[in-house]
Amino acid sequence: MSNENILSNNGNDVSYLEYKGKHTGILGWLLSTDHKRIGLLYLISLSIFLIVGVTFGFLMRLELLTPGRTIMDPQTYNSIFTLHGVIMIFLFVVPGLPAVFGNFFLPILIGARDVAFPRLNLLSWYLYVVGGLLAILSILLPGGPADTGWTFYIPYSVRTNTNVIPALFAAFILGFSSILTGVNFVTTVHRLRAPGMDWFKMPLSVWSLYATAWVQILATPIIGITLLLVAIERVFGVGLFDPALGGDPVLYQHLFWIYSHPAVYIMILPAMGVVSEIIPVFAHRTIFGYKFIAMSSIAIALFGSLVWAHHMFTAGMSDTGQLIFSLLTMIVAIPSAIKVFNWVATLYKGSIDLQPPMLYVLAFIFQFSIGGLTGIMQGVLSVDIQVHDTSFIVAHFHYVMFGGTGFGFFAALHYWFPKMFGKMYNVKLAKRVFWAMFVGFNTLYFPMFIMGWLGMPRRYYDYLPEYQIYHVISTIGSWILVSALFLMFGNFIYALFKGAKVTEKNVWGGETLEWQIATPPIHENFIDIPVVTESPYQYKDNELVLQTQEAK
Amino acid sequence: MSVQHTAAAHIHRDDVASRMGMWLFLFTELLLFGGMFILYSVYRFTHPEDFHLAAKELNTVIGTFNTAILLTSSLTMALSIAAIQRKQKTLSIIFQLLTIVLALGFMVNKYFEWGAKFHHGIYPGSETLLSKPSGEILFFGLYYVMTGLHGLHVIIGVVIIAFMTVFTMRDVITHDNYVKLESAGLYWHLVDIIWIFLFPLFYLIT
Ligand code: HEM
Ligand SMILES: [Cu+2]
Repeated sequence: MSNENILSNNGNDVSYLEYKGKHTGILGWLLSTDHKRIGLLYLISLSIFLIVGVTFGFLMRLELLTPGRTIMDPQTYNSIFTLHGVIMIFLFVVPGLPAVFGNFFLPILIGARDVAFPRLNLLSWYLYVVGGLLAILSILLPGGPADTGWTFYIPYSVRTNTNVIPALFAAFILGFSSILTGVNFVTTVHRLRAPGMDWFKMPLSVWSLYATAWVQILATPIIGITLLLVAIERVFGVGLFDPALGGDPVLYQHLFWIYSHPAVYIMILPAMGVVSEIIPVFAHRTIFGYKFIAMSSIAIALFGSLVWAHHMFTAGMSDTGQLIFSLLTMIVAIPSAIKVFNWVATLYKGSIDLQPPMLYVLAFIFQFSIGGLTGIMQGVLSVDIQVHDTSFIVAHFHYVMFGGTGFGFFAALHYWFPKMFGKMYNVKLAKRVFWAMFVGFNTLYFPMFIMGWLGMPRRYYDYLPEYQIYHVISTIGSWILVSALFLMFGNFIYALFKGAKVTEKNVWGGETLEWQIATPPIHENFIDIPVVTESPYQYKDNELVLQTQEAK
Repeated sequence: MSVQHTAAAHIHRDDVASRMGMWLFLFTELLLFGGMFILYSVYRFTHPEDFHLAAKELNTVIGTFNTAILLTSSLTMALSIAAIQRKQKTLSIIFQLLTIVLALGFMVNKYFEWGAKFHHGIYPGSETLLSKPSGEILFFGLYYVMTGLHGLHVIIGVVIIAFMTVFTMRDVITHDNYVKLESAGLYWHLVDIIWIFLFPLFYLIT
C-alpha cells in the first residue's frame, strides 16, 4: 500500500512532539488532528484562561480585605465576579480534564491510535478558543463587561446595559465545543477499544470520561438553547422569560439548572477518574471495588440529572417539589460516597508513596469530602434557607470545584507530565508547593464557611465590620494560594526547557497502557495495536512481595 | 469485534462510528428544541385562553402546504440514498436537487407567512403585539423563535445537501461509500420531524 511508504519516510517511531506531517512549524500544531497535540493546545489555552480567572479571583479577595471600597467600585466588583465565574466554569473546570487529559490519554488508555473523529476534535478546540476570545472581548467592548453573575438570571440579564450578549454567545459556543467532545468520546469508547478490552477491562478514568461524555451530550443542549433564548429576548424584545412580557423568570432558572447541576458532574467525574487511576499506582495495590467505582460513575451521571431544583429552594416551589428534590439530592451523595470508601479501602494497608500526584489526590479526597458533605447540608431544606446566597455556598463549591476538580487537574498534570513531555519537573519543589497550595486553599475558603453561616451574603462587595476578621484571613490565604500556583507553573515551565530528560517508559510503575508505550508517545501511540488480556491495576508482583512478607 | 486499522489511523474508515456520531448529534438537536417545547407546554398550561385566541390568527392553509412540502422533501432525500446504493449517480443527484428546491419553497412560504404577520403589526416589540394579553405575547414570541430556529435549520440543511450534491458529482460519495449522504439524510429527517411537532402545536390546536 502506498501509505506505508509515506509512513516509513516519516519514521513510524518519531515522538508526537517531533513528528512532521503534512504541515510543519506552528501549522503542524494548529492544523494537527493528532489527539495528543490537540490535548496540548487545550492545555496551553486553558492555562491562560485559568491565569486570567485566578487574577480576577485574587482582585475580588483584595477588594474584600476591608469593608467599603478597597480597590474598586461596586460595579467593577459585579463585573469581576461575573467574569471570574464565567471563565472558571465555562473555560476551566467544565472543559478542563476531558479536553486536556481526556484528549491526550483516552485513546491511549483504550489502545487506540486516535479518537473516532479527529477533525471534529480539532473543530472543538477552535470553538473553545472562539468562545474564550468572545468572553474576553466582552470585557473590552464599550458598554462594560457583563455584571449578571455567571448564572445570567432573568430579568436582570435582559435589563442591564452591559455586554451580556457576547458573554451569552461565548457560553453558547463553548457549550457546542463541549457537546462535540462528548459525541467524539462516546463514539471512541464504543468503537475503538483494542482487541480484548471489554467494558470491565477499561481503566476507571475511561469509565468516568465515558459517563461525563454522556452528560455533556444530554445536558449541554438545554443550556445552549436557554442562553440563546435570553440573547434573542434581549436583541429582539421577544417575550419569553421577562415578566414584563408575561414570561416566567423561575422557568428560566429551571432550564438553567437542568444543565448547570449536571454540569457539576461534568466537572467532578473526570477528576474522580484521575483519582481512581493514581491511587493504586502510589499505594501499590489493586484498586478495591473496581466495578463499584465504574458503576457509581454511571449512577452519578443518572441521578445527577434529577436534582437541579435544589438551587431554587428559595425561588418559589411547591412543598412537594421541595421535598422530592431534597430527597434526590441526598441520594446522589451515595455513589460519590461509594467512590470515597473504595479509594480509602484501596489505601488501607497499601505501601503509600507520597509523590506529588499522590499528595494532590489525598488533598482531593479530603477537600472533596468537605465540599460534598456541606453539599448534603445545603440539600436539607431548613439549612438551605439559612445559607442560600451566603459565602457558605461559595466555600462549598470552591471545595468541590477547586479543592476537588482543580486539585484533580493538578494531580493529573504531575502524574502524566513526564509521559507527555519526556521531561521531569523538580519533585522536591513540587512537594513543597503542594503544601503551600493545600494550606493556601484551606485558609482562603474555610473562613467563608464560617462567615457564610453567620450571614455574610454572596456577591457583595461590602460587609459589616464584624466579618472583617474572616475576610482578612481569607485574603491572606489567597496570597499563599496564588504564590503556590505561580511556583507550580514555574516548576513545569522550567522543566519543559531545562528539566531532566525522561525516556523510561514507566516512571511511576503504572499498569495501564500509557505506561507501556514510548516516552513521549510516538505519533500514533502504538506501532501495533495491543491485545488486552488483563484487567487494569493488577499489582501482582507487589502482592506477592506482601504475601511473602506476611508469611514471614 | 475491533476495527482493523491500517497503519495510518486518520485514513481509517468506520461507517458504524460515523452513524453513531450522527445519531448522538441528532439527540442534542432534539434536546435543543426540547427546551423550547418545555417553554411552550408551560405557557400553554398557564395561559390556555390566550393561546387559543392567538393560534386562530395563524394561516392553517400555508401551514398544511408547508407540511406537505417538507414531507415530500424527506421522501426525495430518502430516494437519493436509495438511488446511490443502486449506482444510479445521476438520479441521486436529481433527487438531491429536488430536495433543495422543496426546502427553498418551504422558506419562500415562510417568508410570505412572516411577512403577512409583520404587515398586521404582529412582531416582537410591536405596539399591536404589546397591547395584547401576555399569553398572546408569549405565543407569538414562541412562534417566531421556534419557527425561526427551525427555518435556520432548514437553511443549514440546504447548505449541507448542496455539499453532498457536489460530493456526489465528484465521486466522493459513491455506491459503496455513502455514509455522508446518509448522515445528511438523517439530519434532514430530523428537521422534518421537528416541523411535524411544530405544525400541530401552533396551527392545529387552537
Ligand atoms: C485563586 C483562586 C480563586 C480565588 C481567589 C477565588 C475567589 C472567589 C471569590 C472571592 C468569589 C466570591 C464572589 C462573591 O460572592 O462576591 C468567587 C466566586 C466564584 N468562583 Fe472563585 N476563586 C478562585 C478560584 C476559582 C476556581 C478554580 C473556580 C472554578 C473551578 C472558581 C469558581 C467560582 C465561581 C463559579 C464563583 C461564583 C461567581 C458568582 O457568584 O457568580 N473560582 N471566587
Ligand atoms: Cu446542583
